Amino acid sequence: MSKNKEIKTREKQEMQTRGESEAFLRPAMDIYEDARGITLKADLPGVSPDRLNIQVDGNTLVIEGQVSITMPEGMEALYADVRATRYQRSFNLSSELDSDKISAEMKDGVLTLNLPKREELQPRKIEVKIG
Amino acid sequence: MWGYLTGIDDDVFEEFERMRRRMDQLYGAWPGSTGIRSVAAGTFPGINVGASPEQVDVYVFATGVDPKSLDISLQQNLLTIAGERKVELPEKAQVYRNERFSGGFQRALTLPEDVDPDKVSAAYRDGVLHLTLRRREAVRPRQIEVK
Repeated sequence: MSKNKEIKTREKQEMQTRGESEAFLRPAMDIYEDARGITLKADLPGVSPDRLNIQVDGNTLVIEGQVSITMPEGMEALYADVRATRYQRSFNLSSELDSDKISAEMKDGVLTLNLPKREELQPRKIEVKIG
Repeated sequence: MWGYLTGIDDDVFEEFERMRRRMDQLYGAWPGSTGIRSVAAGTFPGINVGASPEQVDVYVFATGVDPKSLDISLQQNLLTIAGERKVELPEKAQVYRNERFSGGFQRALTLPEDVDPDKVSAAYRDGVLHLTLRRREAVRPRQIEVK
């Protein structure tokens, strides 16, 4: 899997404070686990990689994204399914995941996050030598 | 003592009422009628439409879709967008959440009547398809100069 250098996983960064009235959208996600770790995919339409913020604080993972869409001046809303401009969702991580090695990639509004298991928990192939 | 208790009850009811209003806002259960082509909340892809005197802007929130595979048509002022998004999960993995839409989709919506079908442009960026439809000259508000 290729790594997008524009996305940085920021650790222990202070959460930004914001008004209570601001609504968050909950992005749709696929989460699955295999022997190497957990993969998370999120739909974040309109979020450019620089408006995406992934934070790991202790065992909490927070994914936040701000929608940035160019709109012409004097535009009036006629219809809206998407009624907020900020996505947020958070998860509790478990200790077998190596939070230092989380990698992220963003393509066409889809975020793919790889949360690998710690080195010592990675599956190992043991070769059997026949003497 | 009773006054005290009733006071709490009032607060609780008020809290419920506030919650109910918030839910209605979220799920769109307002008393007015909804559009005949409107869809359930959370339908893929979400669409926002904005209008200015010069143009109508349609934003289709379709992540992970090849924009070239989309079938977009405009019949009079009825815009139809159809396409497919395949979400594949590895067979051997243990799946915890599978919320992302997978399969074929079609959305239709009525735009203002004065959109010009010959002046439509489309761009796809960060998973959002942005259609710009120019409105016909005749109906645009005009500045009339007094000489």
